[in-house]
Amino acid sequence: MFYSPVITNAAEAATNDKLHLFKYVEDPEQHKLETYVKHCGYQAWQKVLAGMKPDEVIDEVKRSGLRGRGGAGFPTGMKWSFVPKNSPKPRYLCCNADESEPGTCKDRVLMERDPHGVIEGMAIAAYAIGCHRMFIYIRGEFGHPIRRMEEAVAEAYKGGHLGKNIYGSGYDLDMVVHTGGGAYICGEETALLNSLEGERGMSRIRPPFPAIEGLYACPTIVNNVESLAAVPHIIRHGADWYKKMGTEKSAGTKIFSLSGHVNRPGNYEVELGFPLKKLIYDPAYGAGIKDGKKLKGVIPGGASTPFLTPDMLEKANLDYESLQSVGSMLGSGAVIVFNEDTCIVWTILKLIHFFRHESCGKCTPCREGTGWLEQVIHRIEDGHGRQGDLEMIENVCGNILGRTICPLGDAAVMPIQSAVKHWRDEWVYHIEHGKCQVKPHFPFK
Amino acid sequence: MILTQESVKLIKEKVPLYPRRKSAILPALTIAYHQLGYVDDDIYREIADIIKVPYVEIAEAATFYTMFPKAPRGKYLIQVCHNISCALLGADSLIGYLEKRLGIAKGETTPDKLFTLISVECLGSCATAPMMQINHDFYENLTPQKVDQILDELRAEA
Repeated sequence: MFYSPVITNAAEAATNDKLHLFKYVEDPEQHKLETYVKHCGYQAWQKVLAGMKPDEVIDEVKRSGLRGRGGAGFPTGMKWSFVPKNSPKPRYLCCNADESEPGTCKDRVLMERDPHGVIEGMAIAAYAIGCHRMFIYIRGEFGHPIRRMEEAVAEAYKGGHLGKNIYGSGYDLDMVVHTGGGAYICGEETALLNSLEGERGMSRIRPPFPAIEGLYACPTIVNNVESLAAVPHIIRHGADWYKKMGTEKSAGTKIFSLSGHVNRPGNYEVELGFPLKKLIYDPAYGAGIKDGKKLKGVIPGGASTPFLTPDMLEKANLDYESLQSVGSMLGSGAVIVFNEDTCIVWTILKLIHFFRHESCGKCTPCREGTGWLEQVIHRIEDGHGRQGDLEMIENVCGNILGRTICPLGDAAVMPIQSAVKHWRDEWVYHIEHGKCQVKPHFPFK
Repeated sequence: MILTQESVKLIKEKVPLYPRRKSAILPALTIAYHQLGYVDDDIYREIADIIKVPYVEIAEAATFYTMFPKAPRGKYLIQVCHNISCALLGADSLIGYLEKRLGIAKGETTPDKLFTLISVECLGSCATAPMMQINHDFYENLTPQKVDQILDELRAEA
């Protein structure tokens, strides 16, 4: 059984008209075209080709307030509008399905269980920017989602939803499923484009931005899976329906991947602005901290976002502005929960090892800095920490932050800086005593 | 030729999907890896001939990514996620458990060439941790009993 056994709130979505991404994710047939169409699938695509101009599609998505769900939160419709109208070059759409931010496991579920929803969203976005060949870049390790996506694309061609002269409109659209080779950096849009061109996955200097010169130096839009999956619903129900959900500046719903020390880890679709505490403690979602332990901290938006402490949780809602106001970020919506037994040095070592491994090596501050950070944090964890190590960590962090071409350097630094700030005593104890205050190893049971 | 007729055909089918031939490099490496379980210099040359791009461009791309090892590994490649969400639920202990069950250390292959055990970065199964990937499939929400059962099944199948 290679179908992801992840818990979702599909039962809630089935009876709640606002929750649209997860409405049918527990239907074992939803990945098939026939079932997708029965559930009003491809109606938005038909509506678009039957009478909407590309600009009308862009305006509708702009008005909806949809923001990128991959991490940056940039307004989706506005991004589309940056594609030059009069360019003689072909335009490309790339769906970013290189999901690898530690803690994030939402796009996988959408591709695996509702692949036609992703295809339909991509098709509408492609039409909006005048693209006739679109790509989905899926991380190579995702064996099952890749197979599901390939089957769905073949079915969509057969059903006339992709290919030549779709629905008799005269519009041609091809779709290519492209798989990666195992590199977190390829989730960064310019590295993704390099990788798709057959190069090493290294970021590009911007400007030019991909919307002007992206794939093969042509105007290109890169959108996250979840952002695109929301598009058919926006077109079908209208921007007004979408922007009524969530908060004023963070419209709509979002899937949160809840992992770590909670009783019910899973993927939950909620309206933006949902209280973080409720997601962790409500029996319908996380159902509280595992084994009756106390909460130590939370990473709210994936491994590259700053930590929150329990007292900060009270004011933290799951939307872009609220998390920013408490000093963190919504990121990709990956909420990682740590209990009181978690050693902060051990945790940070896991994270910095990841970023050091995944740094593409192009920018010196990131390539060298993540290596230094890993070595210093490793020696603290090993009991050989030295006086001045914390200051060295802070110094190296400060020399990476804002000094790299892509956000990977910042991503590596932000959780470390917040961990040193919130749990400085613990770091000092670790350095002075050569061991941690808490038991660092979690049993496998 | 080390690549089979089938692999060559699959690679050739990829080339016209892209405006530039070079884009077929990653798909070609993936197809070769699926056939062989490794991709080395000889294979880079074969791929270069098929998609008609210089050998060096294949080598340059292949060595950047983690999924194209240059040497063969065991029949079953066990990749355990050791990243944070899995680690919080016992990934380090899971690796220790597998080392004991297989009688090898992380990074090694069993003498019968059946299993290779490595640990890898996040595989996107954070809410179903701990997990491992064996060849192309994910095994999630692992417990010692489940691991025993999976290993027994693979041994029986081999």
